[in-house]
Amino acid sequence: MSTTTVAHHDEHADHPTGIMRWLTTTNHKDIGTMYLTFSLIMFLVGGAMILGIRAELFQPGLQLMKPDFYNQLIGVHALIMIFAALMPAATGFANWMIPLQIGAPDMALPRLNNWGFWLLPPSAILLTLPFTLALFGIGDGAMATGWTFYPPLSVQGGFGVDFAIFAVHLLGISSVLGSINIIVTLFNMRAPGMTLMKMPMFAWGWLITAFLLIATIPVLAGAVTMLLTDRHFGTHFFDAAGGGDPILFQHLFWFFGHPEVYILLLPVWGFIPQILQTFSRKPMYGYKAQVYSLWAIGALAVVVWAHHFFTAGLPVPALLYFMYSTMAISLPLAVLFFCWIKTMWRGSMSFETPMLFTVGWIILFGIGGLTGLVLADVAADAQYHNSYFVVAHFHYTLFAGGIMGIMAGVYYWLPKMTGHMYNETLGKWHFWLTAISFNLTFIPQFFLGLAGMPRRIPDYALQFAEFNAISSVAAFVLGLSQLLFVYNIISTVKGGKKATDQVWEGAEGLEWTLSSPPPYHSFSEQPVIK
Amino acid sequence: MEIKNEELSPAQTRHLANKKLGFKMLWIVAGSLLFAFALVPLYDVLCTITGLNGKTVTTASQLENAKVDETRWVTIQFTSSVMPGLGWNFYPKQASIKVRPGQVETVLFEAKNITSQVVAGQAIPSVSPGQAAAHLKKIECFCFQRQELKAGETKLMPLRFFVSNDLPVDVKEMTLSYAFFKSKD
Repeated sequence: MSTTTVAHHDEHADHPTGIMRWLTTTNHKDIGTMYLTFSLIMFLVGGAMILGIRAELFQPGLQLMKPDFYNQLIGVHALIMIFAALMPAATGFANWMIPLQIGAPDMALPRLNNWGFWLLPPSAILLTLPFTLALFGIGDGAMATGWTFYPPLSVQGGFGVDFAIFAVHLLGISSVLGSINIIVTLFNMRAPGMTLMKMPMFAWGWLITAFLLIATIPVLAGAVTMLLTDRHFGTHFFDAAGGGDPILFQHLFWFFGHPEVYILLLPVWGFIPQILQTFSRKPMYGYKAQVYSLWAIGALAVVVWAHHFFTAGLPVPALLYFMYSTMAISLPLAVLFFCWIKTMWRGSMSFETPMLFTVGWIILFGIGGLTGLVLADVAADAQYHNSYFVVAHFHYTLFAGGIMGIMAGVYYWLPKMTGHMYNETLGKWHFWLTAISFNLTFIPQFFLGLAGMPRRIPDYALQFAEFNAISSVAAFVLGLSQLLFVYNIISTVKGGKKATDQVWEGAEGLEWTLSSPPPYHSFSEQPVIK
Repeated sequence: MEIKNEELSPAQTRHLANKKLGFKMLWIVAGSLLFAFALVPLYDVLCTITGLNGKTVTTASQLENAKVDETRWVTIQFTSSVMPGLGWNFYPKQASIKVRPGQVETVLFEAKNITSQVVAGQAIPSVSPGQAAAHLKKIECFCFQRQELKAGETKLMPLRFFVSNDLPVDVKEMTLSYAFFKSKD
């Protein structure tokens, strides 16, 4: 077989060069690089969209855009950030690091892997194309329903909704393929002697993520397919006049949507403890407790979905059930938090950029978790539902908990991936600017939400003006600081101080035994774990 | 096709094992896709049984010979709305009434077609709180079939109903809402 012969070439990889290398590659490192690059580009695209929103919200009244365009921006911003920035970043790390961490020569299904990635660019184009078409007077722009596609609005919307539905189909297929690949890799490709309970935590986080993905993405695919047939083929799944029920869509959507939150976070919870043990120079605390907690959270994730629509008119017993089960998630999550803190406890800590991001991440993600408990309370949620409090809450979980976690991972593994050290001073500047401007952006939004400012509205009452102005200015600082990140990555890829194999003094694990950067084909002979 | 393991190199064996596990995972994917579509009828059944979402029974109930419960009153409020695309006015003739459980009442709704065409509409009921929905029994309702109004026609639409005796005692008020949709056919 060709794969076995190629595997013995080691350093001198005989792959095509130029664009054909990237189009045809089945190498896990190449595909990982493509995922991460795609993710970074889409992160900037999604960020640019939300800066448009913040510019509009800088002052009350309508200055820059029509409400319909505003609605398009918020929905597409969310879809891009979730499906095209955060998820591909996590999948990119999985592709790069899982084979290295478990001592496998490559992912289990390399061709599938290539296909999984190349579904992403077309779906990104599908998502954003309606904006461009609208410029030429075709159609009325992208979908304007918010990322949740709630009917009846999404049934009435223009063809932007159809574009988004097909984009979600493609993104879903891509995620499902990626997940199957990761599950098979983790089950079949581990180095001899590496039992499941010896796997690195990142592998555990991804294993649970992958199972959540293949169990819930098809439900989303089913739901948007029903939406599509409701729109064009005369079915009445969500149309009350035809005997359907719009609330059914909310159940279907959030049956996917809530696990999705953990899909975005579990990979991060995987590598955060690894970063902590590296920079605390002591073994991670409570490995087993963390693995069981990850499983507990994964299991609870699929049974709490209705807390996203407490106000839709659920019967009281259902409200109570979803409230208590949602709050129950904080127990295994608290176990994780204590394990993270205990890993640092009395460690010989140093604060390089990855560690700064990780410690900042623990604090900010903690705020996201605690404000989530407030929203899980049915009585409180009746007031905070659909307010800016919710917006601030989920940005603490998904920007701080998701993207800042991913950034910690980027700084942590970038020297391994490129063979060069990044610019530490720039990295620290990036962290402090990001952390401070992030808080200045979203803390005002908590207050705005408590004061009753609704989300998804382009205009607001005058008493909200000051907080919105602060939030907008900070959002622009936050957005522009990310250019430092991009510059730092690009200059590290191009050159810089040579990184050692271990890179970090306290780093342990198979990926640090390879050279930096690792050879194109690594672990052709699998290492044996004792 | 029979392939014996000893004829294969370790890499080929692993390749086959990977493929096999990959296809097994596809069954989970197929299962959850099926689950999504199965939720549609499941949800309907669940709603009818529990009255979740305030869905009422869409067929006529038989009059029970239960006694009228003289010990308590239940207030029933009526609201109405006309969905976009249907050029009608539609109001309840009374905002609310007080009834004894078990006692049959008739209330009237007035619909007027304000367009210059024949239009058919379908009323969709909803009861709040949801747990009361199963206890609101309709003997006769304009919502059981679609209603057709000629251009400019006004029609009084009756609803005969009773509240069953087993309504939980803590429910003292309920709201019956009708949304009139343009009929699809």
